[in-house]
Amino acid sequence: MIEFTFWDILRNLLLAARWTVLLSLAAFVGGALVGLAVLFFRIAKNKWIKRVASGYIALFQGTPLLMQLFLMFFGLPMLGLRIEPWTAAMLGLTFFASAYLAEIWRSGVDALPRGQWDAGASLGLHYLQELRLIILPQAFSITRAPTVGFLVQLIKSTALTSIIGFEELVRTSNAINNATFEPFTVYGMVALIFFVMCFPLTQYARRLERAAAH
Amino acid sequence: MGYSLDFGWLAGAAGAIARGAATTVLLIAVTTLAGTFLSILGAAGKRNGPKPLRLAIAAYVEVMRNTPFLVQLFFIFFGLPSLGVRLDPILAAMLAMTLNMAAYTIEIVGAGLDAVPRGQTEAALALGLRPRQVFIKIVLPQALKVIYPALTSQIVIMMLESAVVSQIAVRELTYEADMLQARTFRAFETYLVVTMVYLGLSMGLRRLLVSGGRRALGAGVS
Repeated sequence: MIEFTFWDILRNLLLAARWTVLLSLAAFVGGALVGLAVLFFRIAKNKWIKRVASGYIALFQGTPLLMQLFLMFFGLPMLGLRIEPWTAAMLGLTFFASAYLAEIWRSGVDALPRGQWDAGASLGLHYLQELRLIILPQAFSITRAPTVGFLVQLIKSTALTSIIGFEELVRTSNAINNATFEPFTVYGMVALIFFVMCFPLTQYARRLERAAAH
Repeated sequence: MGYSLDFGWLAGAAGAIARGAATTVLLIAVTTLAGTFLSILGAAGKRNGPKPLRLAIAAYVEVMRNTPFLVQLFFIFFGLPSLGVRLDPILAAMLAMTLNMAAYTIEIVGAGLDAVPRGQTEAALALGLRPRQVFIKIVLPQALKVIYPALTSQIVIMMLESAVVSQIAVRELTYEADMLQARTFRAFETYLVVTMVYLGLSMGLRRLLVSGGRRALGAGVS
């Protein structure tokens, strides 16, 4: 049997943490792009388009992320797509993030006074120009704190992808734990690594919140 | 492709799904009561306790909020036995859920306590109530009313997060789904049905909490 020293455990966990970071970033970027599309539907003037977007958001916010990941993992192969754990993880988290980000930004759009739209229209801007030049920059700016807060939630959520077989931090730690039988140390270190990733972001979100309050 | 959905297994599986859903409801009911109680103590301690206690509560909140629930669960279930604390899966799940939820609701309850005007406490003290009575009878009810919507959201989020306790073999809804799909080989259909059950549970739970809160805390609770 191979002996694992403390440093072996730490080194392997840190190597696995790369995938956690990468998945978080990819899902955040992907979620932002899809979320932007959902946001357009959510604030559209057509009642039915709006309802579809609300339903999409309610569906992702009203069901467990673990179920969403399972449905991706088992559902996409039925459409004839070859799917690996990392693609299911990536797509699942992207859609999950898109629903939350769209809802956060929508609250920003709603918070803007009606006069901003009117002023844009009176300058002769059409709808898309209004959104691009006036509404969205302000909406993003006032929702920066909850957006960073959601990134923290997303990083923590990547832990669930271990269950569908994506080799990130938690899945690696399960394997190491099975070899070393030192769950206290192993899971303690995993918690610490997550903490080191999330805590600075939490503090940053708090600072943004405080700055927004003044 | 030729794959067609098949829900023929559903009739024989309804009992297992209902049993799993009942366990999920039990988990969230216990967590809600224990977590709310713990967070009232925590929020009060964070405001009025001695300095070491305040620091300890603040550290606890930060640690729990910045680590994944799944890791906390594994730490409690697999890690604590090496300290001599061995827990049943369901007890470990309840403990992990309660400790996790409390970290979020301590902040929420704290915000509610801060929102009650100082004059309420002063008036109650002037009427001759003891400090403990002032907290329980005057400040706390008003604080709970303010934070009730946020508390409701947190409870629903916790119910959805409870899906991962299937990983330590608690026989709740997700665990039953895992068992069913292994038996029927209808993974997608099984998880689809169970996802819809979760959706129904989360909408039902929210509605129940809103109407229950309106009855208990009075009008103005949305």
